[in-house]
Amino acid sequence: MSSTHTTHTAHTSTIGSIGTPSRRNTELALLVFAVVIPVFAYANVGLAINDSVPPGLLSYGLGLGLLAGVGHLVVRKFAPYADPLLLPLATLMNGLGLVVIWRLDQSPRLQQRAEDLFGAFSPDAPKQLMYSALGIAFFAVILIVLKDHRILQRYTYISMVVALVLLVAPVFFPAVNGAKIWISIGGFTIQPGEFAKIIIAIFFSGYLMVKRDALALASRRFMGLYLPRGRDLGPIITVWAMSLLILVFETDLGTSLLFFGMFVVVLYVATERTSWIVFGLLMSAVGAVGVASFEPHVQSRVAAWLHPFSDKVIAQTGSDQVAQSLMAFGSGGVLGTGLGQGNSDLIGFAANSDFIFATFGEELGLAGVMAVLLIYGLIVERGIRTALAARDPFGKLLAVGLSSAFAIQVFVVGGGVMGLIPLSGMTMPFVAYGGSSVIANWALIGILIRISDTARRPAPTPATNPDAEMTQVVRP
Amino acid sequence: MSELTLTVMRLGFLAVLWLFVIVAVQVIRSDLFGTRVTQRGARRDGGRPPAARPTREAPPQQRGGAAGRQRRGAPTRLVVAEGTLAGTTVALQGQTITLGRAHDSTIVLDDDYASSKHARIYPDRDGQWIVEDLGSTNGTYLDRTRLTTPTPIPLGAPIRIGKTVIELRK
Repeated sequence: MSSTHTTHTAHTSTIGSIGTPSRRNTELALLVFAVVIPVFAYANVGLAINDSVPPGLLSYGLGLGLLAGVGHLVVRKFAPYADPLLLPLATLMNGLGLVVIWRLDQSPRLQQRAEDLFGAFSPDAPKQLMYSALGIAFFAVILIVLKDHRILQRYTYISMVVALVLLVAPVFFPAVNGAKIWISIGGFTIQPGEFAKIIIAIFFSGYLMVKRDALALASRRFMGLYLPRGRDLGPIITVWAMSLLILVFETDLGTSLLFFGMFVVVLYVATERTSWIVFGLLMSAVGAVGVASFEPHVQSRVAAWLHPFSDKVIAQTGSDQVAQSLMAFGSGGVLGTGLGQGNSDLIGFAANSDFIFATFGEELGLAGVMAVLLIYGLIVERGIRTALAARDPFGKLLAVGLSSAFAIQVFVVGGGVMGLIPLSGMTMPFVAYGGSSVIANWALIGILIRISDTARRPAPTPATNPDAEMTQVVRP
Repeated sequence: MSELTLTVMRLGFLAVLWLFVIVAVQVIRSDLFGTRVTQRGARRDGGRPPAARPTREAPPQQRGGAAGRQRRGAPTRLVVAEGTLAGTTVALQGQTITLGRAHDSTIVLDDDYASSKHARIYPDRDGQWIVEDLGSTNGTYLDRTRLTTPTPIPLGAPIRIGKTVIELRK
């Protein structure tokens, strides 16, 4: 088909692949690759630290392989046309995260630190493996139960309420390490913000799908920008106020940035109006400066960002984490010190969660960090590609929302530990230690795979009509 | 462990990691070469033959006979066969399906020739599915005939709204 004459594009365009739609065998081959790489890394860490292949190599490899295998079989059965890359990429990141967490478990410094603080040291890697298993189980449940992502559209306003409850809940629980992002129920601590990001993506896409025409068309043009009407500014101001409230009451910079950023991205995609991006950036700048002027927690984060090596700031904030993280990235150089041979454990607190990326930076160097960021980039790209291929506007917006949430999270954490932006307490998807994060990110991948299965499913061929066959009229 | 072995493993690991990235990019190469873009308002300059499906007269009266045959042959889903939404399916569960450009339609048509409330498809008392034009500008066609009254839909008969073709399937 020639479409060279087309002069305008529309937000409803779909892009489909001409090749064979089901790529399950490609996915299997990539999955094997994605399991072998972490096993290699695991052996490498063992050889570097203890001079011997770690005894848990076989069980670890089998465990990760089993998880990947279950994921693959569920996709093969319940989403046969899904994107072939999402599952292997997520598996690889999860496996690499497990290896680095295990590597930090071996660090005498961190073991000593845990004994000083809590009286005993317990390794985090087995727990993380269990969380990964739960994550894969949740992923499987989503693919089995959610037959069609359009069902989620029915729960637009319910998901708004649920997301608000999840976001507000941590206010009523005590702050952990200066940020109120945790709730504890019967001994378990959950980070509800991780789940809220998925649920609020459902609300944003359902809401903006209905309202996008009003937001896009009813506007005046002024200096090349479309100025929306006052009443249409309502939703963006509400979300803006909400994200500022999160920042003030929960002192959580990351979640606040994530929600506002995701809303602006989905709003832009839904309306195709650049003015929303301009408004969004202006409003977040105003909000951030405003809150930073009176909130001490934010001020100390900004101070640690601007002067990470100043003795005064380190004494004031009580931690040299940012400085240690920057030193880790610096000493890694281009090719890194090799797995198990760095000193990133000097970061101390949160070395295997918020700051895990510094270990990648030191032990794999710039080359490794680039590869890891590219893998994250590929996950986001597959999400956006799914949105392009999706036929229904809700699926398009949901895929964009979820993948932009993922992208913003990687940017906020990566930028924080590298000193590009002030640090905020978020976790690197899949690699950082933390149950809520791993489970929520597997759920996010599950929804993306469901949308991509619907989007890549080949159009049914026009069927002949059996009834008409029998009652054919023969004309003279 | 000797320094040399560890250096080889370190570089080997980076190489393997990058190899994975390159293989992954190779897998999606088909996205760059050989995609099909369906655009709203795209002109089709005869590149594709205009739906040369043999049209057969399927008299709607055939349902009158046995009720059992009617139930057995009842359509279970609505399929968009052509147009920008091609491939979309909607399960038929006894609910009314509205078609049009309006956002509250069951199937939101993205078709320049569709009206905002274009047509509706609903089951009558016997469970036979009926299509009714809701006073659209450009009309609704069942096979080649423009609808003027609510008309029963034979299984597999194409309902045309602009460039969109909808069929009921079992």
